[in-house]
Amino acid sequence: MTVTDRTITAPEETLALPAGPAIAHRPLGVFTRPQGSEGWRSWLFTVDHKRIGIMYGAAALFFFLVGGAEALFIRLQLATPNGSVIGAGTYNGVFTMHGVTMVFLVIMPMAAAFANYLLPLQVGARDVAFPRLNAFSFWCFLAGGLLLTSSILVGGWFQNAPDGGWFAYAPNTGLLFSPSKGIDFYAVGLQILGIASLVSAINLIVTVLNMRTPGMSFFRMPVLTWMLLITQFLLLFALPVITVALFLLMFDRLWDANFFNVEAGADPLLWQHLFWIFGHPEVYILILPAFGIVSEIIPTFSRKPLFGYHFMVASGIAIGFMGWGVWAHHMFTSGVGPLSVAAFSVSTMFIAVPTGVKILNWLATMYRGRLRFTTPMLYAVGVVSMFTIGGLSGVTHAIAPSDTQQTDTYYIVAHFHYVIFGGALLGLFGGFYYWWPKAFGYKLSEAWGKASFWVMLIGFNFTFGPMHILGLQGMSRRIATYRADEGFALWNMVATIGAFVIAIGVAMFFWNVYASTRNWRRAGRPDVGPDPWDARGLEWMTASPVPEHNFDEDIQVDRLDHFWHRKYGKDESGRVVRAAPTSEIAHDGSNTNVHLPSPSYWPIVLGGGILLVGYGLIYNLWLAAAGLVFLIGAIYGWILEPADDPDAAGHHDDHHDDDDGDDHGDPDSNGGPSGNGESASADEPAETEEATVG
Amino acid sequence: MTAEAPAHTPEHHDGEHHTSTGLSNEKLAMWVFLGSECLLFGGLISTYMFNKGRIGPDDVGPNDVFDIPFTSVSSFVLLMSSLTMVFAVSSIARGDLRGNRIWLATTAALGATFVAGQVYEFTAFYSEGLGFTTNLFGSAFYALTGFHGAHVTIGIVMLMSLLVMSMRGNLGPERAETVEIIGLYWHFVDVVWIVIFTIVYLFPQ
Repeated sequence: MTVTDRTITAPEETLALPAGPAIAHRPLGVFTRPQGSEGWRSWLFTVDHKRIGIMYGAAALFFFLVGGAEALFIRLQLATPNGSVIGAGTYNGVFTMHGVTMVFLVIMPMAAAFANYLLPLQVGARDVAFPRLNAFSFWCFLAGGLLLTSSILVGGWFQNAPDGGWFAYAPNTGLLFSPSKGIDFYAVGLQILGIASLVSAINLIVTVLNMRTPGMSFFRMPVLTWMLLITQFLLLFALPVITVALFLLMFDRLWDANFFNVEAGADPLLWQHLFWIFGHPEVYILILPAFGIVSEIIPTFSRKPLFGYHFMVASGIAIGFMGWGVWAHHMFTSGVGPLSVAAFSVSTMFIAVPTGVKILNWLATMYRGRLRFTTPMLYAVGVVSMFTIGGLSGVTHAIAPSDTQQTDTYYIVAHFHYVIFGGALLGLFGGFYYWWPKAFGYKLSEAWGKASFWVMLIGFNFTFGPMHILGLQGMSRRIATYRADEGFALWNMVATIGAFVIAIGVAMFFWNVYASTRNWRRAGRPDVGPDPWDARGLEWMTASPVPEHNFDEDIQVDRLDHFWHRKYGKDESGRVVRAAPTSEIAHDGSNTNVHLPSPSYWPIVLGGGILLVGYGLIYNLWLAAAGLVFLIGAIYGWILEPADDPDAAGHHDDHHDDDDGDDHGDPDSNGGPSGNGESASADEPAETEEATVG
Repeated sequence: MTAEAPAHTPEHHDGEHHTSTGLSNEKLAMWVFLGSECLLFGGLISTYMFNKGRIGPDDVGPNDVFDIPFTSVSSFVLLMSSLTMVFAVSSIARGDLRGNRIWLATTAALGATFVAGQVYEFTAFYSEGLGFTTNLFGSAFYALTGFHGAHVTIGIVMLMSLLVMSMRGNLGPERAETVEIIGLYWHFVDVVWIVIFTIVYLFPQ
């Protein structure tokens, strides 16, 4: 079809298009498809990026409770000298699982929640490029998360939990030093999570590159879109490196390979290199989404455009590149040699520059703005201040002699909690408050939100602030206890009390969610409107909660902050005035004539198959083989299923010609004339995506 | 792109001529995926180079097992499969479905010959005393070439699937791009083999 064909098709005509007589058939080898948009089934089989985003967020909050409970156990054990709350063996499992859970099962999926929900909306697309693959990413993530978390329980409390730290240094992870199944759970679980993130990264990159609404050029994209896009590229290139490392580890443990076998002449430093080549970009994978969220919140509540948009984007890209050149600063004491230490010291100091640019730009955005300290704004300001503390202590690690003193002490623990909790997590929580009305149609309570913020912030500083001192006093990480005469008792007790204060703050967040939902329902579910914060991005230009089809019509974007400039203009004297009410600009979600991808069973089936293979690799290779056969069958089931269901009710679909293109041997499959009279060959296959999954 | 295009009309979202970059989603996804694969093989090749010399003086090493003429021939076979893949793509673009089937089958057969050669090579090396667990060179060699062989095998499975689709009449010229995308993967796997062959077999040990 040509462009002109489309331009002359008015919406009324599209409405009138008949579904066509050839619609009622079921291609060979294809199971019935899930139907309906209500009830739990509609969530299990959904391919809607918004529901998938919400499920990512819910799963991440669940794992947040798990990881948080582990943190409290750590703090209880360390509260007093010679602590005996949990034994040293369990302690190893608890701190390892705390790290792995918070990094891979909380921060990353929470960022994925925002990426899934917001990326298509911010670029004005109807969905992601590959909706079924998107659902698969989520179920694959959940499979990996459940497998990893189940290690806490199988075979006894923390008996089979990974116990080598989240970085799992070789040769400590060999069968000799870690004979339980823990490291197997670690290797297989992270491998599965890697598949999920990789598929998701490809999907989201293609979405942003390819599915932008007309006029949405790269430098009209919101900063959040940019930061999430950079994050996906980092995932794309970092994940295969840890995949290699995890394969080597798995081969060593399962099949007696020699990669980290020092007796056979191996150099275990290989693991550290591979891990940190992944691990340092991973740090930016964790923080950049939060930077993006802060860059959305601060302009909205300062009522000013983001200061230095292009610098902001460029510094994000610079971080994306430079993040690859600093990994050995995690290894200054491992004997990499003076030249490497010097080079990586310099590059580590240098990467502070683009990060500093971001901090300054946020401050400049707020400068002389009309600030409104709503809950999201408090979180955003919290990120700016807490991350700056963490960033500055990070710069002290760049100085190698200082780092040598700090390595493996609580100073490091303090540093990365200031950037990951104080930076990433606070930003993501701010994002929850900010986009909650967009996703659910009502705001969370501001009073509870602010109270919860302050409790969390104070608890956070009481927990991790003292760790700077403890570290400089020489308290080691990863040691289950300390003696009374070492002088660590006071600040450890303060940190433990702080940790429980954080727990209260988190509990207040969950109470807020419960109470706000209840109050909203009791009040008769009032409509919060499309744009409750008077914001700038395209996601605010459609109804809240976002209708299944996102936008009623394509938006023609003509500049950065398109929505804002539709709302506001300048009068003769140059004063900013309201140009049009939001209700006139925003879509009301009434267009029911939008083509939507059909739900599918296969993503969750495939996720189940992967879980089977995972447990099989750990416990019984026959189970893994059976799981693999199941998986291959499911992949073919997926391929045979058209991406769009010709039988779907309520979906306007004149594409059954290419929908049944996979319909092996059905004589009717190529004969059905399409509704608008186009020849079948003029259409393109809609589901070649599967070919790339094989 | 015109300003007042009706929203998301069915023909709007999935046709590949309407994407922002002009590339179809599927093809772009394959390019992006192959970018990621570069790092996978980069990691494996680095691991091999890091480890290949870490063997004792009496261990089985590269010079004891490699049969360069044999591997050169099988490498040539794999390279030729890239040529036949090009023919497969061009034939379906021209609408020559019979030619397309022939070239798809030929490509798959050449790929299978390569994999068979690899199986033979592994068996021969094993009988000469080099197992996966024998030493670091063995572990690194089998891991690297095994990963590549698995990639070729997946490629063969995809080619055979295309062939079956074609026989059943579901692979017409309108789906030429599907063949092209599988072709991208196939060429990538071939190029990686050139790098592996050079580094593993041809570099002085």
